[in-house]
Amino acid sequence: MSQSPRLRLQGITRAYPGVLANDGIDLAIRPGEIHALLGENGAGKSTLVKIIYGVVRPDSGRMFWEGRPFSVSSPREARRLGIGMVFQHFSLFETLTVADNIALGVEGNRRQLSRRIREVAARYGLDLDPDREVHTLGMGERQRVEIVRCLLQQPKLLIMDEPTSVLTPQATVKLFETLRRLAAEGTSILYISHKLQEIQDLCEIATVLRQGRVSATCDPRQETPRSLARMMIGDDLPELARPSLTVTGEERLRVNHLSMPAHGPFGTALEDIHFSIQGGEILGLAGVAGNGQRELLAALSGERLTHPDTLWIGGEPAGDLDPAARRRQGLAVVPEERLGRGAVPEMNLVENTLLTSHYLVSGGFIRFRALRRLAERIRVEFRVAAGSTRTVARSLSGGNLQKFILGREILHQPQLLVAAHPTWGVDVGAAGAIHRALLELRDRGAALLVISEDLDELLTLADRIGVLYQGRLSPLRQTAGTTVEEIGLWMGGRFEAETLTPTLNADGMVDYAP
Amino acid sequence: MRPRLVPRQAPSRWMALLAPLVAALATLLSGAILFAALGRDPLEALWVFFVSPISNWYGVGELGIKATPLILCATGLAVGFRGGVWNIGAEGQLILGAITGGGLALLFPDGAGLWLLPAMLVAGVLGGMLWAAIPALLRTRFHTNEILTSLMLSYVAAQLLGYLVHGPWRSPEGFNFPESILFSADATLPIILPGTRLHPGILAALGSALLVWLLMARLFPGYQIKVVGMARPAAAYAGFSHSRIVWLGMLAGGGLAGLAGVMEVAGPIGQLMPRISPGYGFAAIIVAFLGRLHPVGVVLAGLLMALLYLGGEQAQIGLGLPPAVTGLFQGMLLFFLLASDVFINFRVVWGPLAPRLKG
Repeated sequence: MSQSPRLRLQGITRAYPGVLANDGIDLAIRPGEIHALLGENGAGKSTLVKIIYGVVRPDSGRMFWEGRPFSVSSPREARRLGIGMVFQHFSLFETLTVADNIALGVEGNRRQLSRRIREVAARYGLDLDPDREVHTLGMGERQRVEIVRCLLQQPKLLIMDEPTSVLTPQATVKLFETLRRLAAEGTSILYISHKLQEIQDLCEIATVLRQGRVSATCDPRQETPRSLARMMIGDDLPELARPSLTVTGEERLRVNHLSMPAHGPFGTALEDIHFSIQGGEILGLAGVAGNGQRELLAALSGERLTHPDTLWIGGEPAGDLDPAARRRQGLAVVPEERLGRGAVPEMNLVENTLLTSHYLVSGGFIRFRALRRLAERIRVEFRVAAGSTRTVARSLSGGNLQKFILGREILHQPQLLVAAHPTWGVDVGAAGAIHRALLELRDRGAALLVISEDLDELLTLADRIGVLYQGRLSPLRQTAGTTVEEIGLWMGGRFEAETLTPTLNADGMVDYAP
Repeated sequence: MRPRLVPRQAPSRWMALLAPLVAALATLLSGAILFAALGRDPLEALWVFFVSPISNWYGVGELGIKATPLILCATGLAVGFRGGVWNIGAEGQLILGAITGGGLALLFPDGAGLWLLPAMLVAGVLGGMLWAAIPALLRTRFHTNEILTSLMLSYVAAQLLGYLVHGPWRSPEGFNFPESILFSADATLPIILPGTRLHPGILAALGSALLVWLLMARLFPGYQIKVVGMARPAAAYAGFSHSRIVWLGMLAGGGLAGLAGVMEVAGPIGQLMPRISPGYGFAAIIVAFLGRLHPVGVVLAGLLMALLYLGGEQAQIGLGLPPAVTGLFQGMLLFFLLASDVFINFRVVWGPLAPRLKG
């Protein structure tokens, strides 16, 4: 580690109206080093990366590339220097092939390009067929396309922004192998994440950001997840209550052999989904995005209607009821998209409270006073950091908006709550608060269905767990005694054999161990 | 140092209110330059255009008459526009209101009592709704674009009126002019300001603005309209039916446009003829946006647009300018409004170090 740094930042500062996103940040990355950039949402990670990649200019501070001062004013310039970046959200055209997509960003003739793609892919263990159309690829494969696109430019520094958020555990292992091989060849890697376990597995040095400043630089392998989390958020995380089963025995949701055609060309059809949830328990559904989660949610919330018999809420058939009617039967839903579905971006918190609080209307007139009181209660009880309930939803951070939406749904005292990706993109502090609120609701006897891609989240929250894969549901298991590896296999579709064996009980429900 | 536009963190409320004023001032200024270029004294021309039409009570009455259909149509349209229902066919709905309401008057050429006028108004509202129901049905059943259907139906309505007054409804004593007979006294709106032609329509216009305000600010259906207009997925999540909002938006626009139509023929016109509107239904689209889709704004914008109509007439008489001058001013007003609206979501920054992306 005596080499001089490939990239060095000195006193990088960048202000936005009202916030200092980066405040005097120093950072040094050596050749062949896998360097973690760790921090909560809003800690300044993305601003810093955008500065390195030439998307944003710093207000002050100096940058050195291989010892020489430099500045980049566009991603193109950054790429020319040898900086590549794989974004969290892919920018691929679904109807084009892998090679077509890569050709859009890389010069050279097509046949050569296909050969180079195969070469690079083989060399780094990135399984990829240049002639396949992108819409047929899973998320892991799409990410490989992005990585290969970067590698074709032979970058000296590769920036990875939350790369595992869309991957199965097995795909994550493969990605790490690739990254290690790249590092061994001398490529520097800046790895952005808030998943502590990953960073400990992969990185040899970590720069931790908190509120725009470097709060620590450490060797993550020498730290515990707890100590890393403390560097990120300042104080200790409150311990989560372990799931304690207080099942009431009352069936709150029954999904009865639900099949549903795909919605649109890239949707997923649901095939014979069958399960039930009782009061006082949390069912967690894992799975890589795009395996029918969206469709199942739409069927549960009432945004897509089905045969009345396929869905029972609180002991009543509900498949053909619209969302408002289902809400009256005790259902509450926390949707995947917070801004635009869970809340109207341009409306303030009072108006957004009315979105699902239809009982605050009498004779067609909105009861504004009661509505304002409810909105204020949500803001205070769920610690939504907003100036007032007059703040528009759009100006809230992701975590705060999620606390607001969850608070709104919980204060309706639902019998059944369906939550999709409840802590996706939410910082550690807010995620803890959200998890506590969900467990509290369960302990009060409500039934919960949590759909998430975050396995750790499901393993902490859920009493029973299952996986959605290509529109089908795996067997459900007690979470206690289930391992990440097992769930990971299911996420890759390896439960088919199990479902074929007759493990169904008398009334047709998949049996699970007591 | 050069100016650039930087997105604001939140839309500026001040600019939202200021933009129409800026647009009006810019229109005045450009108008003055235009008049000067045409060799007229700009100040005198502006006086003729904007002040002389309302320098006496008769003129004020005329302003009210012109503003009535504009405000009625625009308040109705604003309801739909808030919900993303783009009814461009208020002109046709206005004509159909005139046909149904006026047709009822023609059934009773010698009058029939006090009930006739209210019945005509109801018939006019229903006629406008009927015409708006066609695009609503097509939209909710077949996903047809209501912009096209409502617009095209405007021309159908104009042809229908033309057919009626050239054919079955032509007055036998009309020297073969394409006109119906004059409505009876029972079928004619009274004058509410002596010495003018002002009829109660202006009160209906103000009343409709009040009702629309109540709907949008206090009632649940108004809230649903706004949610659908701002975020369709949020409306689906909340369980608001999109079809219902389309119907509500179209029928509100059609009904009020129909009312405007019947009041035109039962008021200042007094009979049916091929052209009963100088494009009120289309100008109302400008009025609705100039008034920020808010009832109070629509009333003010309607008065301004009415003044442009009157000023255009005065400019033809007093300055010898072509009738196109009215359209020119309408166009400038809309153009400047759209331009100043940019500043609601953006601000101007002078300097080299402008941020290009939000972090």
